[in-house]
Amino acid sequence: MGRIVLENVVKNFGETQVIPPLNLTIKDGEFAVFVGPSGCGKSTLLRLIAGLEDTTAGKVVIDDQDVTEVSPSKRGLAMVFQSYALYPHMTVRKNIAFPMRMAGMDEAEQNKRIEAAATALNLTDYLDRKPGQLSGGQRQRVAIGRAIVREPSAFLFDEPLSNLDAALRVGMRLEISEMHKRMKTTMVYVTHDQVEAMTMADKIVVLQAGVIEQVGSPLDLYHAPRNVFVAGFIGSPKMNLLEGPEAKKHKAKTIGIRPEHIEVSTKSKKGAWKGTVGVAEHLGSDTFIHIHGIEGCDPLTVRAAGDVAVKHGDTVYLTPDPKLIHKFDDEGLRIS
Amino acid sequence: MAIVAQNSKFGTFGRPILAWAVALLFFFPIFWLVFTSFKTDADAVNPEFLFFFTPTLENYANMTENYDYWHFATNSIVTSVLATAVALVVGIPAAYAMAFNPSRHTKDILMWMLSTKMLPAAAVLYPMTFLAKGLGIYDTHFVIILVLTLVNLPIVIWMLFTYFKEIPKDIIEAAQMDGISTWGEIKEILIPLAWGGIAATALLTFIFCWNEAYWTVRLTTTEASTLSALIEGNRAPEGLFFGRLSAVSAAAVGPIVVLGWFCQKQLVRGLSFGAVK
Ligand SMILES: Nc1ncnc2c1ncn2[C@@H]1O[C@H](COP(=O)(O)OP(=O)(O)OP(=O)(O)O)[C@@H](O)[C@H]1O
Ligand SMILES: [Mg+2]
Repeated sequence: MGRIVLENVVKNFGETQVIPPLNLTIKDGEFAVFVGPSGCGKSTLLRLIAGLEDTTAGKVVIDDQDVTEVSPSKRGLAMVFQSYALYPHMTVRKNIAFPMRMAGMDEAEQNKRIEAAATALNLTDYLDRKPGQLSGGQRQRVAIGRAIVREPSAFLFDEPLSNLDAALRVGMRLEISEMHKRMKTTMVYVTHDQVEAMTMADKIVVLQAGVIEQVGSPLDLYHAPRNVFVAGFIGSPKMNLLEGPEAKKHKAKTIGIRPEHIEVSTKSKKGAWKGTVGVAEHLGSDTFIHIHGIEGCDPLTVRAAGDVAVKHGDTVYLTPDPKLIHKFDDEGLRIS
Repeated sequence: MAIVAQNSKFGTFGRPILAWAVALLFFFPIFWLVFTSFKTDADAVNPEFLFFFTPTLENYANMTENYDYWHFATNSIVTSVLATAVALVVGIPAAYAMAFNPSRHTKDILMWMLSTKMLPAAAVLYPMTFLAKGLGIYDTHFVIILVLTLVNLPIVIWMLFTYFKEIPKDIIEAAQMDGISTWGEIKEILIPLAWGGIAATALLTFIFCWNEAYWTVRLTTTEASTLSALIEGNRAPEGLFFGRLSAVSAAAVGPIVVLGWFCQKQLVRGLSFGAVK
């Protein structure tokens, strides 16, 4: 079990309020991802759940038990830190055994679980090494191994992959996703990586300045962002947001159109927006074209097929898919 | 190029020479002390025998015959070891709390502790003496251990605090998530990770205790007197017993010099690199 509920949780650091009253429910078995710009309070929120920070007000409830005043060691959660936070004076085996030893588990069972975790995480050959003798990826596996052996009611991850190189990150991302599918344990995952959020989450929580902007499945957020902030934050490349006359035509303050929902053509078309190519990024599979000269949005980004042959200075004509235009009012809220 | 060459020449010759010069400068008093301890009291003050004299062990023989060196040495060992141990037992949890669970007043408390070191010992001589006598602990090991502990505690906590500060907070937090108790944190994480720093602190405290002379002289008469009190007892204003005094002093600093020699690696590492690296 691992149902986590935050009720009117507030966190102040001295005078500054980092989390204004906030409510959130993470269901048992759910993979929840916190995203948001740097400094918005993702880590703080995770640490409040962990118990590593005290709440200023409000309640933290895990499995219907008020744990607000319970110490981190008694909450039954496991955490994977960005810095890995392995015990440098212990071997990999001792690191993984540590939480089980603290729980007073018998040694035969401990060894069984260490072996199982080591096999699953490809650590069998490194069990007798110290963390200092491992690569970043291996250290991260040890940190994950240490978290899974005790079968916690939920896992907390704070940007666990951000210190790894791109290739390793993709691999580990898949491993964690698979781990979640297999174990069906609640996971709360902090990241600022778009792709991690979209691919791993059952539920994404978008935060800005400690306030939840939207909660929903990755596709909900993609198709129906609740406001301008979420619209601009979810999706890569970012949604184009236009203000001014184009928006007025739709009776909105702001309209948004995703780069993949714009058709680009070098031939003049009726009603199309006319612009000049600034940079065309050819990725092979796709081409990201950054276009100048469109009123209310500069540059405007279009995602076109990989074989589109445009270059700097070309004049292009853009036709947005009218069904996929997002409209927002004066407060920045979605008009449906 | 020329500058590099000059630098490396200085590196090969200049630096060792400088190092030796400094080492000799610091070692000279010890050497002279031991040297003088082999002279008779009469020879010691006679310029004729400044360098050339007939060495004698008389002073050392005197020491065990007339005033039971071993009684004082035992007292020194017992009080220094126990005071160091008590200071660590009190200091480790205190420094731990301040390093990892600081409150708004932690900095003030640290400053206040340091400020107690600025109080001249002489200012509290009378209260301390009356207290010791009134409580019936004058001239006991207990009062010496108590005073040595208290005198050194601020330094012990400060040193430990700086070493503990170098341990990444994440590691402590990871241990908390893994279900550790507070005592477990100290035993399993803090002490192993700060081991070098704790050892350096212990050694330094031991040396301070061993050499402490103000209170050990003033709060004891015979029973609990330490080696520093013994040296004090051999001091004569006329300076007539230089040979004897040197022998006593050499025998008093001897153990600490030997200890320092064997632990120098530990000391240097602990004092310069800190806890984790
Ligand atoms: N111990 C602290 N004392 C004071 N302010 C803090 C403390 N920890 C965090 N803050 C502040 O709280 C805010 C939220 O910090 P937090 O670490 O939760 O951000 P974050 O969303 O995790 O950012 P990042 O993506 O950069 O990790 C920041 O403005 C930060 O400066
Ligand atoms: Mg963070």
